[in-house]
Amino acid sequence: MKVRVDDDACHGHQMCAIAAPEVFGSDDYGNAVVLIDGDLPPELEAKARRAEGNCPERAIIIED
Amino acid sequence: MTATDDPRIDPLTDYDIFDRDFILDPFPVMDEIRESQCPIAHSDRWGGSWMPTRYNDIVAIAQEYETFTSQQILVTPPPPQQAEGAYANVAAPPISSDPPEHHWHRRLILPFFAPQAVAKYEQGTRDLCNSLIDAFIDNGRGDAAADYAQQIPVRVIATMLGVPTDLSDTFTGWVRGVLEAGLTDPKVRMESRMNILNYFRAQIDDRKANPRENDLITTLLNAEVDGQKVPEEYVHGVCNLMLVAGVDTTWSAIGASLWHLAQHPEHRAQLRENPDLWPMAIEELLRAYAPVTMARLVGHDTEFEGCPMKAGDRVLMSFPAANRDPRQFDRPDEVILDREHNRHVAFGAGIHRCAGSNLARLELRVALQTWLDRIPEFELEDPSAVTWAGGQVRGPRQCQVRFPVG
Ligand code: HEM
Ligand code: SF4
Repeated sequence: MKVRVDDDACHGHQMCAIAAPEVFGSDDYGNAVVLIDGDLPPELEAKARRAEGNCPERAIIIED
Repeated sequence: MTATDDPRIDPLTDYDIFDRDFILDPFPVMDEIRESQCPIAHSDRWGGSWMPTRYNDIVAIAQEYETFTSQQILVTPPPPQQAEGAYANVAAPPISSDPPEHHWHRRLILPFFAPQAVAKYEQGTRDLCNSLIDAFIDNGRGDAAADYAQQIPVRVIATMLGVPTDLSDTFTGWVRGVLEAGLTDPKVRMESRMNILNYFRAQIDDRKANPRENDLITTLLNAEVDGQKVPEEYVHGVCNLMLVAGVDTTWSAIGASLWHLAQHPEHRAQLRENPDLWPMAIEELLRAYAPVTMARLVGHDTEFEGCPMKAGDRVLMSFPAANRDPRQFDRPDEVILDREHNRHVAFGAGIHRCAGSNLARLELRVALQTWLDRIPEFELEDPSAVTWAGGQVRGPRQCQVRFPVG
């Protein structure tokens, strides 16, 4: 599983980083960055899905 | 008697956001509107407004900034005098800005509010919370709203702006003048606005004469966009907004959360036993007790979800109503601290998403953690004596609690 952030849709709520701090962080402006290149380790998949389900802008894209 | 029980008031056509019962408990009226044939109600009161109540409608309006402008964002119209005389050009960027200017109005301040930038306020906030509790912990009672919640954000913002924290009570009075009493009293609103703008005009003059290191106002005064220094009105407006946006809002969220925890020993125990829950628990409390309602001004005649909206109409962005929509949230009226999916919009949505949200969360977490560390068990002294403010920002203003001493 991979995750991406749609930078046009992201408005920096940071709910992703709250739900999954291992997967998402913040740039200098508070917008989301993905911290893991390539496939997520399986143990972080559930957290990444939770992050997706907490983003008010639906800016997180999960590619299974 | 609630507004809904009163045969003379139909919430669908005549809601009153300043009605005492609505302020005390707005959710029955919001639910009634949301589940009716017409989930976007209209009322002629207070200058007239539309009130959408469904999550999807409110998020869509927040995202459609071309139709729903931020020319006016308070829930009642500005006093006519505001457009004349001194400071007529000083607004509250970026909250009062529309694209394209909104982009740089917001981008210049975002770095001050990124999670990594606000972390430096954590220890000072904790020390402040502890010293506030020291003042009443031996009494076995205290006012969780007035003696605690109200005292915290104003000092954090003053620190951030580089202005004296001992003026906190004065600042709080001005902010309440704009966001509470001033919404229904144009004279109070105008006076409070002038007090704030006079104060920050002098602060800006001081920074121009004596620039400071690592100072938000100095940094903004020196900021350039496209090779040009930003106008002073912009900096003046940002100071205005930071004070007005950062105080009532956060204090209301802290106060409402303590009011909730006072009545829910099981949630206090859950947080004690699972400290990892804190960050998500804060989001759930924000969802359930979202303090802020904003407004938009319709930019051109339009039909939205069947409602004929005219240019200049006011639309209330009831984020509290959105956050209780059962179409979006299971069991919306229950506080579920470990809720799995919580796309709440207490901080708004779209381009105006609260710039201060990371600071607000930090203050909320530190304020609640410190309270529960020091006062693990407490209850409302008299639930019916709790007073609330509402309209633009909803939260408890007096909230006496009692607790065991020692
Ligand atoms: C729990 C506390 C808070 C809540 C619930 C809250 C809520 C909101 C909401 C709903 C908006 C969106 C306004 C709109 O759509 O028109 C907003 C914007 C804003 N808030 Fe907050 N706020 C809080 C605390 C703060 C703090 C502590 C600050 C710091 C100064 C702050 C600064 C701002 C700014 C600058 C904006 C404008 C952003 C823009 O227009 O681009 N807020 N806030
Ligand atoms: S929760 Fe969504 S909008 Fe917010 S920072 Fe993360 S990706 Fe961006």
